[in-house]
Amino acid sequence: MTPIFGYALSAFAPAISIGWIISTALNGIARQPEAASALTSLAILGFAVVEALAIFGLVLAFVL
Amino acid sequence: MSLNVLRSLAMAEGGGFETPTIADFYQPLWNDGPLAVTRAAVVLLLSVGLITWWLILTTKRAAIVPSKGQWITEGIYGFIRNGVAREIIGSKDFLRFVPLLFSMFVLILVNNLFGVIPPVQYPTMSRIGIPIALTLFVYVTYHYVGIKRVGFLAYFRNLAPSGMAKWIVGPIILLEIITFFFTRPLTLAMRLFGNMFAGHILLLLFITGGEYMLVHGGFAIKLAGLGAYVMAFLMTIFEMLIEFVQAYVFTLLAATYIAGSVADEH
Repeated sequence: MTPIFGYALSAFAPAISIGWIISTALNGIARQPEAASALTSLAILGFAVVEALAIFGLVLAFVL
Repeated sequence: MSLNVLRSLAMAEGGGFETPTIADFYQPLWNDGPLAVTRAAVVLLLSVGLITWWLILTTKRAAIVPSKGQWITEGIYGFIRNGVAREIIGSKDFLRFVPLLFSMFVLILVNNLFGVIPPVQYPTMSRIGIPIALTLFVYVTYHYVGIKRVGFLAYFRNLAPSGMAKWIVGPIILLEIITFFFTRPLTLAMRLFGNMFAGHILLLLFITGGEYMLVHGGFAIKLAGLGAYVMAFLMTIFEMLIEFVQAYVFTLLAATYIAGSVADEH
């Protein structure tokens, strides 16, 4: 039970971070639609890096 | 306490349903142990054969007005060459690295997609050895390129930017060494492995759990089993999106690390 509980606690921070990243990307695209492609690729990069932390927790909850 | 303990608890109570675990991913086809030919190896070979056949087929008679297959291949190649390599490594010496980035992107994409395509349905990247092997390529490349450019000692000295107070250079170099030599390859491999593994386990859980609920259970449980199948469908679509993103991000980060070694900072 403890690994799953640990993962639930640790998934809190990546969730907020991903929402923040996407919100900033949305704001940037709304202000300047020409920058959409640059902002999108940066947002995807940031999303994947943050998502990695959440995935580490999930994998460790399965493996341990 | 782990999922295995929960599984044995459930079986002791007469539960009967076995949740999928990491051991389900090890499927040896011939032999067993270190020399086993596992399903992952066969699928990887199949993907390499498929990619080679497709690439040769679509570029053998390359015309100015492209055929459909050639257009698709050129689209993917142009995406990696312009969108990733030229943007990040810069237009001076990005051509050297385009074969590496393109091969890795296509390999990871096809192997990821094998996780949801019906005859195969086994994501090879969910065995951690394969992402580790791919990361080794990137790791050796960016260190080799960096050391070849400025020499061995200067490579380490450049880890700390110039113009810092004397007392902070030590901790910064230590931190950068940890980042460059440990964190980057570890997270690169684990990101790909974790996403594919977790996605596939979720799919397995929904599908096998839904099947179990449909077969054994009262009426309400059977309805919940149908709901599990709907979730499996949605998760498959989500998993396809994640597979594209993970292939793209692996290539993007590889390009970023190479660009960091190739750039003229000082």
